Amino acid sequence: MTIEVDIGAIRLHRPRQEPATLVENVAFTIPTGATLGIVGESGSGKSLMALAILGLLPKEIRAEGRVVLDGVDLMRLSEHQLQHVRGAKIGMIFQEPMTALNPAMRVGAQIAEGLLRHKPIGGAEARAEALRLLERVRIPDARRRIDAYPHELSGGQRQRVGIAIALAPGPGLLIADEPTTALDVTVQAEVLDLLGELIAELSMSLLIISHDLGVIASISERTLVMNAGKCMEQGETERVLRRPMHPYTQKLIAALPRPAKDKAANLAVAASPIETSALLPRAKLLDGSFLVEVRDVESHYGRRADQTLTKAVDGVSFAIAPGTIFGIVGESGCGKSTLARVVMGLNRPTRGQVLFEGEDIFAKSRSELLRLRRGFQMVFQDPRGSLDPRQSVGRIVAEPLFLDPDAPRGKARKDLIEETLASVGLQPSDADRRPHEFSGGQRQRIAIARAIIGRPKLIVADEPVSALDVSVQAQVLNLIMDLRDRYGLAFLFISHSLAVVEMISDRVGVMYRGNFVETGPAHEVFNRPVHAYTKKLIDAEPRIDQPRKHGRAVPSDEGTFKES
Amino acid sequence: MTSLAEAAPRFGIGPRSGLLLGAGITGAFVGIAILSQFWTPELPTRMHLINKLKPPLVAGIAGTDAFGRDIFSMLMVGAWNSLSISFLSVLMGLVAGVALGTAAAAVRGWIEEAIMRFADIVFAFPALISAIMIAALIGAGQLTAVLAIGIFTIPVFIRVSRGAALRVWALDFCVAAQTAGKGRLRITIDHVLPNIAGALVVQATIQIGLAILVEAGLSFLGLSLPPPAPSWGRMLSDAQTYLSQAPWMAIAPGVTIAIAVLGLNLLGDGLRDWLDPRSGSQA
Repeated sequence: MTIEVDIGAIRLHRPRQEPATLVENVAFTIPTGATLGIVGESGSGKSLMALAILGLLPKEIRAEGRVVLDGVDLMRLSEHQLQHVRGAKIGMIFQEPMTALNPAMRVGAQIAEGLLRHKPIGGAEARAEALRLLERVRIPDARRRIDAYPHELSGGQRQRVGIAIALAPGPGLLIADEPTTALDVTVQAEVLDLLGELIAELSMSLLIISHDLGVIASISERTLVMNAGKCMEQGETERVLRRPMHPYTQKLIAALPRPAKDKAANLAVAASPIETSALLPRAKLLDGSFLVEVRDVESHYGRRADQTLTKAVDGVSFAIAPGTIFGIVGESGCGKSTLARVVMGLNRPTRGQVLFEGEDIFAKSRSELLRLRRGFQMVFQDPRGSLDPRQSVGRIVAEPLFLDPDAPRGKARKDLIEETLASVGLQPSDADRRPHEFSGGQRQRIAIARAIIGRPKLIVADEPVSALDVSVQAQVLNLIMDLRDRYGLAFLFISHSLAVVEMISDRVGVMYRGNFVETGPAHEVFNRPVHAYTKKLIDAEPRIDQPRKHGRAVPSDEGTFKES
Repeated sequence: MTSLAEAAPRFGIGPRSGLLLGAGITGAFVGIAILSQFWTPELPTRMHLINKLKPPLVAGIAGTDAFGRDIFSMLMVGAWNSLSISFLSVLMGLVAGVALGTAAAAVRGWIEEAIMRFADIVFAFPALISAIMIAALIGAGQLTAVLAIGIFTIPVFIRVSRGAALRVWALDFCVAAQTAGKGRLRITIDHVLPNIAGALVVQATIQIGLAILVEAGLSFLGLSLPPPAPSWGRMLSDAQTYLSQAPWMAIAPGVTIAIAVLGLNLLGDGLRDWLDPRSGSQA
């Protein structure tokens, strides 16, 4: 099935306002059995393209152009005719498998629904077909799982069910909008592998939309780069990623996190308008002592009543030297956020100690803890939720000075706020504005300004760049490294992304099910992984410097990840 | 390439006409209530038996009642009494309810449980029952009405403020405030209250509308302001006897109550839509 898309414009029509153009002049063709990846940062209009193809744009947003599927222009069809195209000819896979599935309906019934609608078959046949599809998408124990509700399945399994639903009516084209963004890397690799295998086997076409260049590289033959509603460049994936022609693509690829050995490449993306002082000598280790020592920390959840006990953190020990970044990498549910809260003194561990400059923070009285706590601060994942929308930026940034008796007052405090804002690359005048006036990356800078204003020695950063676009992410990472070098700050840096942790960390710990499976200097752990789990993580991480590995036409020398 | 028709403003029911209409009605009532303290067409308490039971426009704008009192003047002063009792009672419910609700959200544990069960128990008593109980203790009057309506408003605000506060507490800036060494009370004042204020204003507006209805009910039963102070509810109750001879006696306060409550509800709903960033863009 061939689809030819030629969108002249997608515009937003608002009452009493000029229509705003959201997407302009994007055209591509996907022949039968081909795969195209659309890559772009948030707001680039890539998801609007998917909705426009399906005729699912909200009514105040209108598309102009043609979407020709096997000679039929979908834009000329009535809503009723379109309903026979959606599902039957074009299948859709969504980002968030939890919300894309109906929580009140058994998964088997949800797969059968599409079959019954588009095929002349009965209930029993549809159920048998649903079972076959569940087995095809490799749901373990499908015979039992067919009657499960979505919440009884894991995230990866739910996305497999989502794929089964999209496949059920036998469409010729599959549109997948960020199909693996909500999944852990190892699960992501499995899902992408399954997707590639299925489209090859059923000779379907695939349109995959993602913000992640690595994902696109791993599965699509051709790539289209979008930015601000326009097509930047389009071509063979390998060519686009290895020899990008458009400056935007080059910038995007340069912004990808890469290990410290490519220092020159990192510095190409300026951290902030400040002169780069990254080359200053690192704060020297004083007599080799550590700033923070975490000793055998265990943190249990559970109720005594029903005897259930979950060990979120199960005997973790590590130490952070002053002026260094300790990275923790792990998948969701491995206990890394709980560990962060324990180190911050927000959660009391079930067992173990956290020593800050040799003092056990949990053996202190409340006021003692507050005094110690001025030495460590936190940066959060979601820059929307971490700044109080009702306060001015100046007040937000000054918050850690609240209990500090030595903190400057009046004019001196105002100067300190402005100086701190400037040191994270913001304007001093930004102090009077409110968080909603800033972009995600700027908000994260505000959060970092709040963390450093009290001159702490340690900052615990829990997924600080996960909610940011790649180019913004690179700037924030450079800012963090810059602050380490300038102020001798130590960071406990937590992330699910190997590439980010590898780029930024001096030492790393790979966390799995509440414990470290491997610790050591970053370059050693990532270049010579010892533990099987580390190897699996590194393998699963989508990278742009690898050949396409999921789907048809796998180069034979890399045959190991074919059929399972 | 925009045509004039597209660029020109469109008239008709805009997204905020409900809010504006509600604000207009409410503002008019507040204005009339304040005006009534300085001027009314007639003295609302002066009886004029020769003029009794005159239809609207024959004597005064809204006619006269069985004692020949000017109904329009009574409605004006009634607006003051009704609005002041409603406002005071909702203020009382707001202060007590928000204090308990935000405390429940801040402290959690068994204290939260106790506060919420207290709210459930108070909720189980209709305002009428508590008014009768309070009237039995301190006698009927303005204070009785304020207390009765206020008490039944408390659990509403406990629930609204606890729910909204819990959502704020789950946000990272509250954790950031904890790491800055702020206590629960301080965080509630600095971060929680400003962020739930919108929801509380909306709820308060709607509660005032409800309080007007309840106050009318209480004065209908003689549990609120004693005569001769005019009140909308007692005007209705007095009109009962004359329904066939002088229907305007019932219609005037009835319509007045309906419009006042409608205005406050429109204002409340409008404010909710306007303050809620999720419902469309704010210009």
